Amino acid sequence: MAGRASVQGERKGFALPQVPKIAVYIVGFIPAVWLFYAGVQDRLGADPMRYLEQALGLWALRFLIATLTITPLRQLFNVNLLRYRRALGLLAFYYAALHLTTYLVLDQGLDLAAIGADIVKRPYITIGMATFVILIPLAVTSNNAAIRRMGGQAWAKLHRLVYLAAIGAALHFLLVVKSWPTEPIVYAAIVAVLLGYRLVRPMVKKPSPRRRAA
Amino acid sequence: MLIRRPDDILPSEITPREVYFNRRQWMAGAAGLALAAALPKGLEAAPLSAAKSPFSTDEKKTSREDVTSYNNYYEFGTGKEDPAAKAGSLKTSPWTVKVDGMVGKPAEFAIEDLIKSSALEERIYRMRCVEGWSMVIPWVGFPLADLIKRVEPLGSAKYVAFETAFRPEEMPGMDSIFPVLEWPYVEGLRLDEAMNPLTLLAVGLYGETLPNQNGAPIRLVVPWKYGFKGIKSITRISFVDKQPATSWNKQAPSEYGFYANVNPNVDHPRWSQATERRIGEGGLFAKRRPTVMFNGYAEQVASLYTGMDLRKLY
Repeated sequence: MAGRASVQGERKGFALPQVPKIAVYIVGFIPAVWLFYAGVQDRLGADPMRYLEQALGLWALRFLIATLTITPLRQLFNVNLLRYRRALGLLAFYYAALHLTTYLVLDQGLDLAAIGADIVKRPYITIGMATFVILIPLAVTSNNAAIRRMGGQAWAKLHRLVYLAAIGAALHFLLVVKSWPTEPIVYAAIVAVLLGYRLVRPMVKKPSPRRRAA
Repeated sequence: MLIRRPDDILPSEITPREVYFNRRQWMAGAAGLALAAALPKGLEAAPLSAAKSPFSTDEKKTSREDVTSYNNYYEFGTGKEDPAAKAGSLKTSPWTVKVDGMVGKPAEFAIEDLIKSSALEERIYRMRCVEGWSMVIPWVGFPLADLIKRVEPLGSAKYVAFETAFRPEEMPGMDSIFPVLEWPYVEGLRLDEAMNPLTLLAVGLYGETLPNQNGAPIRLVVPWKYGFKGIKSITRISFVDKQPATSWNKQAPSEYGFYANVNPNVDHPRWSQATERRIGEGGLFAKRRPTVMFNGYAEQVASLYTGMDLRKLY
């Protein structure tokens, strides 16, 4: 999801050994492959469908959070992982798609009436669906051709929708559980910190003599 | 209806308490929880002999493995696997159940006396969780009505209130950063619900004493209500004249009512209750099945609620 120019501009950042981007995809898909394999082998516990559904959703949220950490890592710690952000964002989308597919096919058995009622009546499903819909244009434009076609500014503006998607994903998780277990609260807090950082930084940051990227 | 008196438990069938509990102390202390989890489950349980019951369903039982590894018992954590992993630290001996309030004969029963003096039955019941899944569980226990008759409730008693053990040092889920419920866990039934012959005090499952994660040493089973009504590890039963507070109702009154009867027509505000997934049925590709009014026990219990608006009194 990153413009090529900014990658060049940040070269003086903390030197990390570069790994091919394909490695991010390969490693990123390990949980999905393992989950489906274990699921088919009936090794996901007493309620395998629910385990699979929840685990895929959780990985989507984790990758979404990972994309949101790239900018603060660069700005605060001079660690530049920008070249991997597109892969992380797309992984979030792929996991969200698998999570949704699991819900539609395995959980609801493609019972369209039940699914329709869920979307209309259940806020957590409504929010989950909306979040996925938001991710679609971001995934579709996560390529260099789209950036060229749209122009960097319009593209960046569109991709700010990822903030909304992160809020939606965290809410979706909070609303599906009973009471207030720790795990969804922790994920919501991480999202809140990462988005809060973006709100607060322009206010506290003095105009710096250091360069703006490229 | 003819209900056969069960045979007494043979003394030879019972592991001596000293052996049974020494082993447990040793496990909890020296060896730690990891070892406890690794040990075969059979070692912990003592066999119980129980008469068959006409109230049992002939539906396929959920496997012992699933019944004892997929639990909601928030005192040990909110994960489904937490109770099986962590409930070994709960000391279930000595254990007493205090019966007090509006009764002619208040009493404090030692659990072993209660088991010995009760006519144990095997009751194979459907269990429907409010989360939308279900199991079929062969409980061993005795009707709550038997205990109620022994303590002779006063005419003023209208409800029965239950309380779970409050032991933060033995229940690691109780000191989570964000308390999920107010402790101790409390539940309640109307007296006529408590007296219904289906209402069971369970002390075992699959023919053996209850594993801790299922609510040892004694728990409530109310098969026509959502599973959270089945309060675990009971220490106190009180007879009162006003509807008692119940844990989930206190936590979210708009989502969990006092009655909590299984009802496919009244949804949880956040999800549908029309269908359920039967645990252990078809693995990943299990189909949902329709949820049945009163979890299929309407014949025995529907009359308890005639004239009540079950949409309001959910």
